[in-house]
Amino acid sequence: MNIHEYQAKALFEKFGVPAPKGAAAKSAAEFDAALASLPEGATMVKSQIHAGGRGKGTFTNGFKGGVKFCPTKAEAKEKAAAMLGNTLVTVQTGPAGRKVQTVYFTAASDIKKEYYLAILLDRVTSRPVIVASTEGGVEIEKVAHDSPEKIHKVIVDPAFGLADFQVRELIFALGLTGAEAKNAAKLIRNLYTMFWETDAAMVEVNPLITTPTGEVLALDAKVSFDDNALFRHPELVALRDLNEEDPKEIEAAKASLSYIALDGNIACLVNGAGLAMSTMDIIKYFGGSPANFLDVGGGASKEQVVAAFKIILGDPNVKGIFVNIFGGIMDCNVIALGIVEAVKEVGLKLPLVVRLEGNNVVAGKATLAQSGLALVNGDTMADAAQKIVKLVA
Amino acid sequence: MSILISPDTKIIVQGITGAFGAKHAQLSLDYGTKVVAGVTPGKGGQCFEHNGAKVPIYNSVADAAKATGATVSVIFVPPPFAGDAILECVDAGLDLAVAITEGIPIKDMVRVKRAMAGSKTRLVGPNCPGIVTPGTGKDSNGGCRIGIAPGYIHQKGHVGVVSRSGTLTYEAVFQLTSKGIGQSTSVGIGGDPVNGTSHLDVIKLFNADPDTHAIILIGEIGGNAEVEAARWIKAHCKKPVAGFIAGATAPAGRRMGHAGAIVGGAEDTAAAKIAVFKECGIEVAVTPSDMADALLRSAKAKGVTLS
Repeated sequence: MNIHEYQAKALFEKFGVPAPKGAAAKSAAEFDAALASLPEGATMVKSQIHAGGRGKGTFTNGFKGGVKFCPTKAEAKEKAAAMLGNTLVTVQTGPAGRKVQTVYFTAASDIKKEYYLAILLDRVTSRPVIVASTEGGVEIEKVAHDSPEKIHKVIVDPAFGLADFQVRELIFALGLTGAEAKNAAKLIRNLYTMFWETDAAMVEVNPLITTPTGEVLALDAKVSFDDNALFRHPELVALRDLNEEDPKEIEAAKASLSYIALDGNIACLVNGAGLAMSTMDIIKYFGGSPANFLDVGGGASKEQVVAAFKIILGDPNVKGIFVNIFGGIMDCNVIALGIVEAVKEVGLKLPLVVRLEGNNVVAGKATLAQSGLALVNGDTMADAAQKIVKLVA
Repeated sequence: MSILISPDTKIIVQGITGAFGAKHAQLSLDYGTKVVAGVTPGKGGQCFEHNGAKVPIYNSVADAAKATGATVSVIFVPPPFAGDAILECVDAGLDLAVAITEGIPIKDMVRVKRAMAGSKTRLVGPNCPGIVTPGTGKDSNGGCRIGIAPGYIHQKGHVGVVSRSGTLTYEAVFQLTSKGIGQSTSVGIGGDPVNGTSHLDVIKLFNADPDTHAIILIGEIGGNAEVEAARWIKAHCKKPVAGFIAGATAPAGRRMGHAGAIVGGAEDTAAAKIAVFKECGIEVAVTPSDMADALLRSAKAKGVTLS
């Protein structure tokens, strides 16, 4: 689960990670109060959406920049009004962009130097890793590619937590001394505590900055949490912003389906994540384009299949449907009955190719045959994929 | 022979009184697997009954292991308690814990994995379909079925299958059996980013097993486990190996069902992994329908007969 920058900054404050003073506003009526809570002078206005590249983004109304430096509060108010309620398109949002429903004002900081700091899971060691770099404020992937020696990593032993010598290692790697070193050490320790205690999947500060007065501040914040651990953090679940999620994905989650919209035209309905991914792959292999990832899980019910059909047919781009089921324990006839019921309910007009294999497959195929539905049978995944690709071509 | 488990292996089922655990304990008993004990804290002394079989239930894994001599446990415990259930197997000194549970918090697994370092217990999973060593009976009955895989699709033989994904494992096994090619053992290591046994661990076991003559290695986008296994195969494994990587069309940054299946960098894409497979002499299945055929191509090239 992702959260907004302003929510992440509130968590930073709770855990003692210094950041510029800020205040969020969800309507123009809140602008004055939010700005009044900040010190006089230069102010940043930041669009709050769950996507990166905001600064270089463009609004669909032509306004340029989702993050603005404003010398005065009056100008900040004006810029905020141009952002709020409008749709921001960045390299990460896709062409549809995201509607800005919250703006975040922060006191503008004097930047001495920018750094990079992140904490996430290192899959190789199965332990948390702290990543730091002297190259902040830029794309870290580019730094890792062009100058990997500028990326410093510290792996934390979960049995003992972050050790002092590891914090020193990071401070030296960043070249910090004096008050900056002291402040950065405290910030790193507190950020690690936050990462660990909130079951975060990733905490990224880019840039982390030093100021001429020796302060070390988190200028930006990108935080996401492990969905599996949300059951023990109701206070974090409350931060979820459904406006940032695909309505079809929310609908799918309600039916315990795992759905992700893609930009193709062949809808897939599959059991199992690995099989669902490779169903998308095989469609592409034979020249088609998948419209979605959809995993109905290992024990799908008739109701889930009906719900799945409704979701995939809600995508106007869909020109055909590919159902690919390997019923290991799952009864193929249950799936077949679900398909028949779903088609009756939604009135299917698109080509449908069904590949059923596994447990009780004979009964499942008989159910489909007797239903009188205009569907096409596929024998293997390859056979079925070629058939659906041909039908939508 | 086989790896990890044999038809003689005695199994404990943790969470045997839950709906999911009970159903699969029944299916394993039907398969002929020696399910000798169940564990549900607070229900010790009761019995799990199925078709005349009476499986005693214990309060702890240690009690169950001591009373029955079981060396392996399969875990169907709900996510909030599953990490603890794995640690209980470690404490009881079991050889193997197989965690089926999906949705265990990553932090719990980070701690469990740290706690298991240096212990004699091996973990397979979590979020995995389990392990099957097929038997010689009808529909491969008489084998050892641990977890949730369908037993009947298997056939006793000499191909080792290792995969993160359940349904893709079944797909591969089914293709093999349909061609009359049996399996030594099929291992689902699970789709989570932090898991116990890796692709490489299983590959090493298959390589050392004289009864495994060829291997199918199924992977996904995300992480570098498949690459690590492939490089080891290139250096150490003479047996025919076929490989498949799912997720070539998955968009970067999106998690595809499995918590581990997410493209983070240039190294963990399907294309990068497939390139390494080819470089390491692994015959790549071009589609998931091609897994058994890819293995046959590799076997033919190496002069190995599979069926």
